[in-house]
Amino acid sequence: MKILVCMKQVPQKDAPLKLNESATWVREDVGYEINEPDAYALEAALQLKEKNGGEVVAISAGPARAQTVLREALAKGADRAIHLEDDKFVTLDAFNIARAMAAAIKDEAFDLVLTGLQSDDYGYAQTGVLLAELLGWAHATIIMQVEAKDGGIRVKRELESGYFQHVEMPLPAVLTIQSGIGKLRYATLIGIKQAKNKPLRKVSYDEVAASLRPNQLTIEKLYVPKKTKQTEVIQGTPSEVAKKLVAKLRDELRVI
Amino acid sequence: MATTATAPQKKIVGGNFLIEETNPRDVFTPEDFNEQHQLIEQTAEEFSQQEILPNADRIEHKDFAFSRELLKKAADLGLTSVDIPEEYGGAEMDKVSSAIIADHIAKQGSFAVTFSAHVGIGTLPIVWFGTDAQKKKYLPLLASGEWVGAYALSESSSGSDAMNARAKAVLSPDGKHYVLNGEKMWITNAGFADLFVIFAKVDGEKFTAFLVERTFPGFSVGAEEHKLGIRGSSTCPLILNDCQVPVENVLGEIGKGATIAFNILNVGRFKLGAAAVGGARTCLANSIKWAKERKAFGKPIADFGMVREMLADIAIGIYAGESLVYRTVGMMDAATADIEKGSPDESKLIRKAIEEYAVECSIIKVWASEMFDKVVDNQVQIYGGYGFVEEYPAERAYRDSRVNRIFEGTNEINRLIITGWLLKRAMSGQLPLLPAIKKLMDEVMAGPSFAEEDERKLATQRKALENAKKIGLMVSGAASQKYMQQIADHQEVMGAIADIVIEVYAMDSVLARTLKLIESQGEAASATAVAITDVYFSEATSRVEAAAKKILADVAEGDMLRTQMTILRRLTKAEPVNVIAAREKVAARVLDAGKYAF
Ligand SMILES: Cc1cc2nc3c(=O)[nH]c(=O)nc-3n(C[C@H](O)[C@H](O)[C@H](O)COP(=O)(O)OP(=O)(O)OC[C@H]3O[C@@H](n4cnc5c(N)ncnc54)[C@H](O)[C@@H]3O)c2cc1C
Ligand SMILES: Cc1cc2nc3c(=O)[nH]c(=O)nc-3n(C[C@H](O)[C@H](O)[C@H](O)COP(=O)(O)OP(=O)(O)OC[C@H]3O[C@@H](n4cnc5c(N)ncnc54)[C@H](O)[C@@H]3O)c2cc1C
Repeated sequence: MKILVCMKQVPQKDAPLKLNESATWVREDVGYEINEPDAYALEAALQLKEKNGGEVVAISAGPARAQTVLREALAKGADRAIHLEDDKFVTLDAFNIARAMAAAIKDEAFDLVLTGLQSDDYGYAQTGVLLAELLGWAHATIIMQVEAKDGGIRVKRELESGYFQHVEMPLPAVLTIQSGIGKLRYATLIGIKQAKNKPLRKVSYDEVAASLRPNQLTIEKLYVPKKTKQTEVIQGTPSEVAKKLVAKLRDELRVI
Repeated sequence: MATTATAPQKKIVGGNFLIEETNPRDVFTPEDFNEQHQLIEQTAEEFSQQEILPNADRIEHKDFAFSRELLKKAADLGLTSVDIPEEYGGAEMDKVSSAIIADHIAKQGSFAVTFSAHVGIGTLPIVWFGTDAQKKKYLPLLASGEWVGAYALSESSSGSDAMNARAKAVLSPDGKHYVLNGEKMWITNAGFADLFVIFAKVDGEKFTAFLVERTFPGFSVGAEEHKLGIRGSSTCPLILNDCQVPVENVLGEIGKGATIAFNILNVGRFKLGAAAVGGARTCLANSIKWAKERKAFGKPIADFGMVREMLADIAIGIYAGESLVYRTVGMMDAATADIEKGSPDESKLIRKAIEEYAVECSIIKVWASEMFDKVVDNQVQIYGGYGFVEEYPAERAYRDSRVNRIFEGTNEINRLIITGWLLKRAMSGQLPLLPAIKKLMDEVMAGPSFAEEDERKLATQRKALENAKKIGLMVSGAASQKYMQQIADHQEVMGAIADIVIEVYAMDSVLARTLKLIESQGEAASATAVAITDVYFSEATSRVEAAAKKILADVAEGDMLRTQMTILRRLTKAEPVNVIAAREKVAARVLDAGKYAF
């Protein structure tokens, strides 16, 4: 099975985020890491390869620093990597990122594309689904398990309230993988050493520019929600207080 | 962090920092970590966070089966074998990688010691001095964590004075075995190790190392010591009662055991420094968290200036510690860069190259162990009453840190090594210390000069460092003149000279790192690093001055003393730095980041 894993570099989870000057995104001077669901997508891909053979290719779109994510994927066992390298990729919306990726892999024949369910920064949960549409492939989201079956795959999807769905799908397909579905492997020192010599193909912005369209989504303004605290003392006899309280919880706060 | 930086290539002479002005570009810093280093750091850090820390209590209760399991898991990732050549099952990487691992594994004192005894003193003697057959037999077992290693040099009656060991080895009549008799004391990992490097004197004279398997007849391990700290590590005596060691298990040459013992300690010392830095980073993260959560007088204690000072001091210790450790391993890597991988004398050449930096390794050992003790003390203080009880991390860290000033050569022994080594190199002319002293004296006699103002960045700190180097030379010169060959009998003076040398290397490393940072990231992004440098320099120059006064008052009197004090005053004259504001800047930064940051 030839598997592509989409991996994004996002600000570290515990990084103190500050808005940039135009208040459209966070400042660049933070630590970065692999988007968590993408790390699970990579893990799922590596396990599929271990069971069924094939190849795992990691792809990322982003500035030079995003190469770290690809090296980590290579160190953990991916065979090669593709880096769409340009600062401009950061400014693209999910649709355009999907277009860029589709253009970058047009000469390759993947059986399966895995992405994370969503990114920890923007949280669109769109890239994988849009990529499937662009490629004209089947897709399924919130995947917890993948196994090869009769030339296709069988996947387990997470539904709400603890329900799961098992689906058999044909290949090629795109799956968006849920976080926390197993234990992530560490990069071993031998893996880290080998990663240095694995192929990493760079794709420039110009190479994919023809496939891009104007962004359909732009961020106008970001702000940090203000925390406000208001205390209201409800007066009256116990039964009056209880009535007022129920009314408030039901009509104002809508929690009951 | 910069990933494009290339590591410095220049080969530096050990001890050179004392004499020459350092070019920051020749200095390796954590900002120079390449992609591989960063990935190794991540693996070691994640391993510690996910496998070690959640099991701290199990380790602390001496669940040695578990500690072995952890070692095995670490070995599966290659963390135990960076210093072992690939052909013997190792991951074989540079010394920067080796230090990164020691640093990031050190999250829990007991396991850090278990780990470092195994990979360092337990394994390295074979890497460096083993025959091909010994390496083939033992290194793959040690690299994979199937076997655990230990190192037995100390005896109940000889710790610092290790060459005075009583353990004895005699060749058996058939010439097939050495028969060992005696005891060893305080042996780390003894409770569960499989292979011991044991030192004994052949025929009571020739100090020699042997590779002793746990199952050899006549070998046994005594009861666990009840220790002040690192209670989850194993420390026991060994008993050698007609212990049969095959002649092929002699390590190195008969009578050359001292070379092995001393060389291994160099690595042990820089790794101890790296581990102290790692431990301090954990203390800082805990202290920050606590200071933000704990409220007194209606505020988080993180709002109080004196608490913030303590937090800043911890961060400053880490920054300086990193600067010292990574600079030193960077020099080792530059010095070993041309050694051909897999060549027959590869291990020997690497060992020799590291030996060149023996004095730097001793400095790191002393400096970092003392820094760490201050850090754990501050942590207890920040935790208040909770710092004194077992349920919180401060108490254990406080106990665990203390041993670092005792093992790998006590700090007194290392101070003697530092000064002794420099004076010896000076006498032999390997390090042009004497010409430097003469030049300084001529300069001083010529009176004050009105040199052009230094317009480079951090000019004041550059000057302070240059002067600290001069003070070091001046007092070394004065002391050697007074005591000549007998200087070794004046330990207090030797110790005070060492204190100055230690501070000079620390200041030199801190300044070089900060200058490099300013160059690569600009002044605005380096503001916290500059504040750290300000505080460190302010404190260090006072310590240098105090040590110099102590020495001068002992080695000179009358007019001579007055002249020297005049020179000292000239060399230490400086405007006071606002260390309150500088510490505040550091504290604000780490509190904002929630962890060590600059
Ligand atoms: C937890 C633990 C683990 C250890 N693990 C190992 C191990 O794995 N293998 C091993 O071989 N050893 C190990 N040791 C032993 C350790 O290396 C020694 O304890 C250490 O070298 C000091 O020796 P000592 O205890 O005999 O102290 P001493 O040598 O008796 O020293 C006592 C005091 O006198 C000072 N002193 C001694 N000589 C001089 C001098 N010439 N000038 C000035 N001051 C001096 C010392 O600095 C110290 O302050 C371990 C010790 C501990 C506590
Ligand atoms: C062994 C032991 C025995 C004890 N026995 C008794 C006893 O018999 N009776 C009793 O009543 N208590 C007792 N105590 C409690 C002891 O008095 C308190 O632990 C101590 O007063 C510190 O308070 P705390 O632990 O709440 O620390 P905190 O007040 O939380 O202090 C934590 C840190 O913040 C600093 N800090 C707090 N406020 C400020 C401020 N305004 N400005 C600057 N820094 C500040 C502190 O100096 C400290 O470094 C005992 C404690 C211990 C450990």
